[in-house]
Formats: sequence, structure tokens, C-alpha cells
Amino acid sequence: MPRLLPYLLLLPATAFLCLFFLYPFTLVAIDSLNHDGVWGFENFDRMASHWKFGPTFRNTILLAAVVVPLQLTLALMMASMVTRLKHARGAVLYIFAIPLGISDLAAGLVWLAIFEQSGFLNSALTGLGVIDKPMLFLGYQSKGVIFTAIVLTELWRATAIMMVILVAGMGLIPKEYGEAAEVFGASRWQRFRRVTLPLLKPSLQTALILRVIMAFEVFAVVLALGGTNLPVLMSETYHWQFTMQERGVAAAYAMVILGISVGFTVLILRLLHVPKEARP
Amino acid sequence: MSETTVRRAGNRVFIAAVVLACVWVLLPIYLLLINALSAPAEVTGFPKRFWPSFDLASIRFFLGFKGVTSALWNSVQVAVLTMVMAIGAGAPAGYALARFDFPGKQAFRFMVVMTRAFPLPLLALPLAVLFIRVGLDDTVIGLAFVHTTLALPFAVLITYSLFSGIPYELEEAALTLGCNRVQAFLKVVLPLAAPGIAASAVFAFVVSWNEVFASAVLTIEHRTLTAFLLQSLDVSPLPLKFAGGAALVLPALGFIFAVRKYLFAMWGIANR
Amino acid sequence: MAEIEIKGVGKTFGAFTALHSIDLTIKDQEFVVLLGASGCGKTTLLRIIAGLDSPSKGEVWIGGRRVDTLPPRERGISMVFQNYAVFPHLTVFENIAFGLRMQKLPQAEVTRRVTRTAELMHIEALLKRYSGQLSGGQRQRVAVARALAMEPDVILMDEPLSNLDALLRLEMRAELKGVLAASKTTTIYVTHDQVEAMSLADRIAVMHGGDIIQAERPVEVYRNPAARFVGSFIGNPPMNFLPATAAGEGRWQVAGLTFEGPRVAAPQIEFAIRPEDLHPADHGFEAEVRVVEPLGPHTLITASVAGVVMRAVLDSTLALATGDHITLSPVADRIRWFDLATQKAIA
Ligand SMILES: Nc1ncnc2c1ncn2[C@@H]1O[C@H](COP(=O)(O)OP(=O)(O)O)[C@@H](O)[C@H]1O
Ligand SMILES: [Mg+2]
Repeated sequence: MPRLLPYLLLLPATAFLCLFFLYPFTLVAIDSLNHDGVWGFENFDRMASHWKFGPTFRNTILLAAVVVPLQLTLALMMASMVTRLKHARGAVLYIFAIPLGISDLAAGLVWLAIFEQSGFLNSALTGLGVIDKPMLFLGYQSKGVIFTAIVLTELWRATAIMMVILVAGMGLIPKEYGEAAEVFGASRWQRFRRVTLPLLKPSLQTALILRVIMAFEVFAVVLALGGTNLPVLMSETYHWQFTMQERGVAAAYAMVILGISVGFTVLILRLLHVPKEARP
Repeated sequence: MSETTVRRAGNRVFIAAVVLACVWVLLPIYLLLINALSAPAEVTGFPKRFWPSFDLASIRFFLGFKGVTSALWNSVQVAVLTMVMAIGAGAPAGYALARFDFPGKQAFRFMVVMTRAFPLPLLALPLAVLFIRVGLDDTVIGLAFVHTTLALPFAVLITYSLFSGIPYELEEAALTLGCNRVQAFLKVVLPLAAPGIAASAVFAFVVSWNEVFASAVLTIEHRTLTAFLLQSLDVSPLPLKFAGGAALVLPALGFIFAVRKYLFAMWGIANR
Repeated sequence: MAEIEIKGVGKTFGAFTALHSIDLTIKDQEFVVLLGASGCGKTTLLRIIAGLDSPSKGEVWIGGRRVDTLPPRERGISMVFQNYAVFPHLTVFENIAFGLRMQKLPQAEVTRRVTRTAELMHIEALLKRYSGQLSGGQRQRVAVARALAMEPDVILMDEPLSNLDALLRLEMRAELKGVLAASKTTTIYVTHDQVEAMSLADRIAVMHGGDIIQAERPVEVYRNPAARFVGSFIGNPPMNFLPATAAGEGRWQVAGLTFEGPRVAAPQIEFAIRPEDLHPADHGFEAEVRVVEPLGPHTLITASVAGVVMRAVLDSTLALATGDHITLSPVADRIRWFDLATQKAIA
């Protein structure tokens, strides 16, 4: 009985993951390789040959490439702030963490309030006399502004996750290391660069993996701010599934998202690998 | 002398940076709330004032809009179901990982951690078809299953770290004082873990409450609030969007406050 | 009445054998100390007796009942843990009452027993506190009170004093001895501290590498170690050992001296003597002093005898310096002999 107990306890969770995680992903893979009962890469061909695929793919990658590095910097800064704070640490951490509970759709709507034509940005700019009548920021001609708005929204929304992971990671680094470096004459920046960052690698790894995958899943923010003006992989998946009713192509898109997600996960694991012997 | 001046100046810059970062997080929420708490005419009007008029007409319009109340209710139902299932399945697994060594433990942990490397909402696509076949399509419970899958890995890892933090010795002490295993768990472990379990339950609720893609894919008649707002994005008037946004954001403030002590247990697990 | 019988108990963790085959009988109301270096299997044996682990082989009997398949709560034992295991979510009162409530005793009886044991352990003023508001020593007292309140047949203690500072440990040691003697329970007490073992035990079971080497009264263990290991482990400084070569007819050549010894066939055995049983004399081992450590009442000297390091505890009035040569004579009836092959004492 005690021998079986752990398995009994794992049973519900395992059943769940098999039924709603492993199994559906097998189904997606099958769907993507099956077009009207014929096996092959027909769905992928249809996906790739559609004129929207190129821009879609480019938008998604570009968005990730711009957002993730900025966000990492911002998260590191915010995490350092929290770690260094002596007073009001709890309150600041709470404020920094608020976006953690905000969905991408809600975040999109929050920033829509700022960027829409009668929104707060226009109000502020006209109020300050920078412009004399409100501009259309999110129109289909101004893809650059839409892109910027999305970047800002993503920065605002998803920095919290990285920040919390990094604060936790920094908490695990014993103070003595930094103090030792200080005794040996390292400046604050050198301490951060030479002691904190290398010891933070495992947390950086997790934070980056989570964040990069989220970047490829970007969806509601884009729809809320740009409508269909700036297609991304997830929104195209949704589009093919619903508007076009082509599940095979939607599944092919899903496989692409899955592929780059797994690819980048492996890449990050490689780049930030910490050998077992070098772990604290 | 000059060194202290430099340090004081540095401190001031630091404090300014912290304040700036707080403003960066809070200001957009404030702006959304202004819209939610102003009359529809003000919301669509120009230029905007930077304080709310506390006119509840937008909110009333939102709540009176067809489908909103049922969407809200669906969101709550799905989230509660998700919460119950994620904790119900996740906590026992977390306990097993924390307390026992057994063959297959690493494999299970690997599967749980691996879910993080996958864009989980995508699994709604095949499930949409599967659910039609088994009659779960467009149901609250069907969507809750999918949301549970999103929340489950977190529930497992959070409870794992919670239970690991409670010395096994305490349970053993209870065993030597007349408890059986179940009693030892109920009388010693559960009271100690309860706040953390509650926090991870809240977190599961949040995951479901906020999820957009799977909700939009899996529900048609029984749309959740996120699905409703998403699908009416291009047709709904601004006051509706902003009041809806506020309805999504406001609970978040409470959620994060409720789980603030456990944020690290949730995300710091990363390092194990 | 609770006699404990351990019959051929062994325990393996995977490929590692933590206990080989332990046989030990503990009489009712006896205080037995399991003594041994860290990692020798003391905790493992105690947990098997408690029912927190099950033996890989062998039987455990308590009070005439075979208990090795029973859960802890059906064994009539209670236990004091190394880290106290005082429940953090309960007050001191509820901690002590925990086991009594599990037995569904009436409230009046619970209160009576909690009050009595709390008084016994001098913690009656702390009953409303939580464990977070207690010092290490106080937690320790709560843990003991909680075990005593059960009025168990057997109390098991795993290094209960090891987390206390030196002074507190001394105080608690004396107190525990009094309280446990009065409670008339059978006690098994695990420690790696030989002084603790000596001062508390009716009987010491010396453990080494998953075996019990010797289980006898403290004086006996000290004076007549059953094996070389016991002599070298117990006593501070430990026993001195010198090689002895057969000189025929039960006579043995030891560092230039000849002694009457056991009549065994081996060409070589070992001569052993405790440091306090060496005295300066005209006739004895020629020793060159290497280190002199004045300890107050005595002076500990480390000396070289025929190339072997020996220690002697001498009178502190003796004026000695490094490099001095002295002659040390062993007290004849304190000499012990050990077989080189079996490492056992030769009678
Ligand atoms: N659960 C376990 N798994 C593997 N080895 C163990 C386990 N428990 C104890 N051991 C090993 O058994 C030996 C004895 O341990 P223990 O009884 O705790 O020693 P001690 O005498 O210090 O109390 C040690 O070498 C320890 O490493
Ligand atoms: Mg031990």
C-alpha cells in the first residue's frame, strides 16, 4: 500500500496531462499532416503559400526580438530595485507584480485607452500643444505605431513574470558573494555583472523560456490594438480555424508555433547552460 | 564628505527610479479606470480629462449589454471549476513529489516542467473537435478541463514547494502521537499548507479568468468574458470595451494582493 | 511492562546496508543509549523500533507483542525528535495535548496531564505560546513533555540534546535523567556524545557500521571494551594500543617490555591501556614527550613509545617539557589484549 501511495497521488494529475496535454498535441500533429484524408505536407504548403504567412511570421519573430531583450533589461532593473529596497519592499513588489494578474486582452484594452484616437495620448499631446488635432495612431497605414503600441503593452504586461522569477533568483544568491566582491574592490556595476548575473543564470533561463514562449503566443494584445492590421502566428491560427474553417492549416500553424517554441527553449537551455559542478 | 554626497545623490536617483517604475505600472490602469468610471459620451469625447467623473453610466451600459452578465457568470463558473480541479489533481501530486522517492518521479517532473515549453492554449484546437464528439463542446466544464491543464503544472509545482517546506518530522511526530497517515496530514500538514494552497487556488482562478485563446476557440453560446470581449472587439463601442477591460483588471488587483506572499513559491520554483 | 526485543533486524537502502543484523533485548524500565559515530545506523534502528521505517528483515517485539508490521500509533511508544518537531500551528498546550486528543481522552484528563507534564518540564508559564515564540531549549522541553504526556510504555529519543548549546545540554541532561527515572518508562536514547551516554545510560549499546559491538553497563564498556573499536571510540583521549609479539608461554613482548598475557597461538596481538592507567615510574615504557597539554587537574601528554603515539593523563604537578624522556608504567590489572585478526578482546 505505501508503495503504491505515491502513484495513487499522481494518478489524477497524470491522467489530466495525458488526456489534455499529450493526447491533443498528438492530434494537432496528425491534423497538420492530414489534408482531406491524404497524408503529407499539403497543409503546410497551403499555409506557406498564402500571402499572409510571410508577414505573419516576420511580425511574430520581430515582435519577440524587440520585446524580449528590452523586457529582460527592464525586469533585471526592477528586480534589482526590489532586492535593494529596504523600506516598502512588499508594497513595491506588489505594484510591480500587478500585471501578472492581468490578461493579455485586458492589457490590450488598457493600452487602447491610451492610443485610440480620442485616447489619453492624443489628449495629452493636444493639451501640451504638441499637435493641434488628434492623430489616428492605430490605423492600417501606421503599422509602425501599432507595432510600438504592442511592444509597449507587452513590456508593460509581461515584465512582471520575469521580474518575480529574477527576484526569487536573486534571493537565492547568498549576500556574502557580493560582499566578498566588494571587499575585493568591485564596483556596484561590476558586482552585478561578475557576480549576480552569472549566479542568476538558472533563473534567467526559466524567465527567458517562459517569456519567449509567451512572445510566440501573442494574440489578444495584437487583436485589441491592431485588429487584423498586424497579423501574428496565433491570430492567423485562430483565423484559419474559424473564419476559414480549415483545421488542417490551423494545425500547421500550431505546429509552427510549437516548433519555434521548442527550438528556442532548447537554444536558451544551451546558451545559458550551467554545468552541474558550477551550481551553488 | 563628498562620498556621502555622492551616495545621497545616488539614493535619490534610486528612489526616483523606483517611483517612476511604479508609475509605469499603475498609470495605464488608472487611465483605463478613468474611462470605465466616466459617462459613454465622455469616453468617446475629446479631449479627455485625467480624472474620472464617477459617472456609472458606462458600467451600467456594460452590464446591461446583451450577453455580458452571462459571460461574467460563465467566466466565474469556469474559473471556479478550474480552481477545484487544478488543486484537486495538483496538490496530491505535489505532496507525492515532496514526500516520496519512487521510480518514475523524475519522469513525472519532466512532463510537468515540459508543459512550460509548449504553447498550451493551442491544444484547444484538436479538443474543439474532440469535444463535439463527446458532447463537451461549448460547455463550461469542457473549457474548465483545458484551463485546468494550463493551471495544473503550476498547482503541482507550487504545492510541491509548499509541502517540501513542511518538515516530514512534523508528520512523523504526529504518527508517533496516535495519528494514522490521513489524520497526520489533516491535523498537521493541511493547517500549515492551507494559506499556500489557497494562494495557488487563487492563481488557478486567475489563469482561467484571464485565458483568451482557448476560451474563444471552445465556446460559442457559453462564452466567457474574455471570449465575449475578444469576439466583439471590432463591433463593440469604446465604453463597452473599457468597462469590460476594467472588469477583467479589477479582480487582478485583488488576486495579486491575495497571493503576494506566494509569488516566489509560484515562480521561484523555477530554480529547482 | 514493556520489554523490547530486537531480533535479527537488518535494513538496506537499495544496495547500501545500513543495519546488518541487530539483536538487542531491553528490559522493562531500562534506559539504553545507542552510541556511535554519525552514520552508523542509530537513527535507522530507532525509526524501525518506532515504526517510521520498516525493517528489511528481522522482528521487533514490544511488551510481548510483535510490532514490526504495526503503525507507530499501535506500538505504545512516543518519540522525541532531533529537531523537536513541535507543531508550529499549535500552542504549547495543544502540542502537549495532541496525542491525548487523538486518544479522545476527556477534557479534564487532558488538562490534568498537560498541566502535570508541563510542570515536570518547567514550562507551565509557556502553555499559551506558539513554537515560534520559544527558544531551542524551551522547544526541547515541549517535545519531551509531549512525549511524557502520552504516558507511553517506551520513549524513544533521537539526539534530543544535540541542538542545544553546551551549558543548556548539561542542565537538560541532568533533568532528563531525573524525569525519565521517575516516569518508569523504558527508554532508548540515541546520541553520538559518549559523555551523555555514560551519564544517562543503564546500558550503552555501542554501534559501528550497522552493528551493535557491545551492549553493557557504562563502566563495563569503558573498562572492558569488547572490541578494539569500542576502546578507541570511548574515552577521551581514547585507549592506547601497542603491538605485542609472542615470547612464548603466554608472555608478550611490548615496546621492549615483557608482559604476562593471554595464552593464544597468534604470533602477534595488541596490547591496550587507557591513558589514565599510565604512571611515571622507574621501570616501564621509554617515552619521548612530544606535546604537553595542561588541562587543570591533569596534564595530557602525547609521547612516542617505540615509534607509536601514546597518550597519558598525568598529575598536573609534574614538570614536563617537549623533548623530555620519561618512563611510563601501565597499571597491571588495567591492561587489555586484542586479537589482530578479529579486532575482539582476548579474555
Ligand atoms: N532513506 C535513506 N536512503 C539511503 N540511505 C540512508 C537513508 N537513511 C539513512 N541512510 C544511510 O544509512 C546510514 C545510517 O544512517 P543513520 O541511521 O541516519 O545514521 P546515524 O547513526 O547518524 O543516525 C547512513 O550511511 C545513511 O547515509
Ligand atoms: Mg541520526
